[in-house]
Amino acid sequence: MYEGAVQDLIDELGRLPGVGPKSAQRIAFHLLAAESADVERLASTLVRVKNEVKFCSVCGNVAQADVCRICSDARRDPSVICVVEEPKDVVAVERTREFRGRYHVLGGAISPIDGVGPDDLRIRELLARLRDGTVTELILATDPNLEGEATATYLARLVGPLGIAVTRLASGLPVGGDLEYADEVTLGRAFSGRRRIDAMS
Amino acid sequence: MYVRALDVTDFRSWSAAELPLVPGPCVLVGANGQGKTNLVEALGYVATLSSHRVATDAPLIRAGAERAVVRCAVVSEDRELRIELEITAGRSNRARLNGAPVPRPREILGALRVVQFAPEDLAIVRGDPGERRRFLDELVVARSPRMAGVRSDLDRILRQRAALLKSAGPARRNAGSLPTLDVWDAQLAATGAALTVARLAALRTLRPHAGAAYAALAPTGGELALGYSSSLSAALPELAAPDADPDEAALESALLAELGRVRTQELDRGVNLVGPQRDDLELSLRGLPLRGYASHGEGWSAALALRLATFELLRDEHPSGSDPVLVLDDVFAELDSARRDHLALVASKAEQAVVTAAVAADVPEQLQGAQYEIAGGTVRRVR
Repeated sequence: MYEGAVQDLIDELGRLPGVGPKSAQRIAFHLLAAESADVERLASTLVRVKNEVKFCSVCGNVAQADVCRICSDARRDPSVICVVEEPKDVVAVERTREFRGRYHVLGGAISPIDGVGPDDLRIRELLARLRDGTVTELILATDPNLEGEATATYLARLVGPLGIAVTRLASGLPVGGDLEYADEVTLGRAFSGRRRIDAMS
Repeated sequence: MYVRALDVTDFRSWSAAELPLVPGPCVLVGANGQGKTNLVEALGYVATLSSHRVATDAPLIRAGAERAVVRCAVVSEDRELRIELEITAGRSNRARLNGAPVPRPREILGALRVVQFAPEDLAIVRGDPGERRRFLDELVVARSPRMAGVRSDLDRILRQRAALLKSAGPARRNAGSLPTLDVWDAQLAATGAALTVARLAALRTLRPHAGAAYAALAPTGGELALGYSSSLSAALPELAAPDADPDEAALESALLAELGRVRTQELDRGVNLVGPQRDDLELSLRGLPLRGYASHGEGWSAALALRLATFELLRDEHPSGSDPVLVLDDVFAELDSARRDHLALVASKAEQAVVTAAVAADVPEQLQGAQYEIAGGTVRRVR
């Protein structure tokens, strides 16, 4: 145990995800040895992130203004919405540069163990966006685990009757990988999701 | 296959131990509490990623240590494979194959195949249905390692569903319908059907082996019958047939229909009421269930017959017919001479049999191969 502020800092850092007691101690002493200006910049950024960052009123992604950059970009296709769990998933899909539509961030996945039900996710907001008929396709890009699948199935059943095409991201083999290194579950999914290759005419 | 060497660090009572092993019988002799069983438990852990003695990993780590490490070198068809497993309490384990880390410890399943017979196995016959489901699921995973994933998915779905049933119960009257429960029902039906089909397939192949093994152990004892009792038997009567081989899709829709039928009850009670987690492996002799009617000796014979049948089955199904490693933990002192002789005969023919005993005299003559003395925290080969 250290005295006063040092121990407080270690305790606070230790509460962050992925930071254990040893790492917390290392970061605390790094900060203690750092220039005052650097530490002040970090502190003010922390305060700013809490005060200034908002969530986009349309898609729920993190935003600097009321509506995020993607939702206010007129060049993006408004007829396709990609549904993801977290803002970091938006960044992941954006990196592909393949998707030119818009997003909807749910803020998690259905998980009764954690007390998260459909009402705790931004599903009502999603349905509101679908009402005016501009959206023709909904791409479900929730995580490929049990909770993500449950959320996708739930949404598909909810949205299906509205006459909007609902698609789910394919799961299968990693590109550039070796078949022999794929685990059985992934390989099994890839088998059930196989597609026909048409012979050239 | 056989294990050429087993090393443990901070595992159970051992701070460090090195056990070089040879093909054929290997007998570990030592007084009670010297750590013989802990060493064979480590072998079982590498093979199944679970212990036959405890349900959680924490007791496997030596008191005061942060993590336990088990390393073993397995020789299968002249190729040596090194398996390393790091067990940390409360965190997921880490595994390496030939020095290279694997993304999930589950991927080492199948690298070492072990069939273990221990005094605890009497619980398969006399214990709760959970013990028999565990026996059956271990067999399912040994036959097809992929099923380990299906099993852990099922556990998670059941926990999610139970949480939902508990929280939805009081609010149900206002809600009318429960679309999220439909979603978990669908997942439970698909996963549950896959596991049930795999269990029934394992049971079909095990049955002839178990019958033969029991007949050899107790020639006048009648016929050991294995049946599967399913929470779906009423909805799908064909499941009750001894050689049931239902279509997975049919089973899935039957499970889904049954979930719909019991929904009100499930909501009232807040628990999962149907699914493979409520099924049982029925063992009977002369038409009477072993659980209530078996004598002590019949219980031992049945438990031993199930393990020997597993050994035969895994050997039969292996592409090149290689034996699993047979582990006999402290069992000879418990068996009468006829059962001892039969077990010794099978074990002496196995590619490798690791046997533990408190005194060397407990071990039958056919198994007097390599012998190791375990005392005072050291392992010494004495013969």
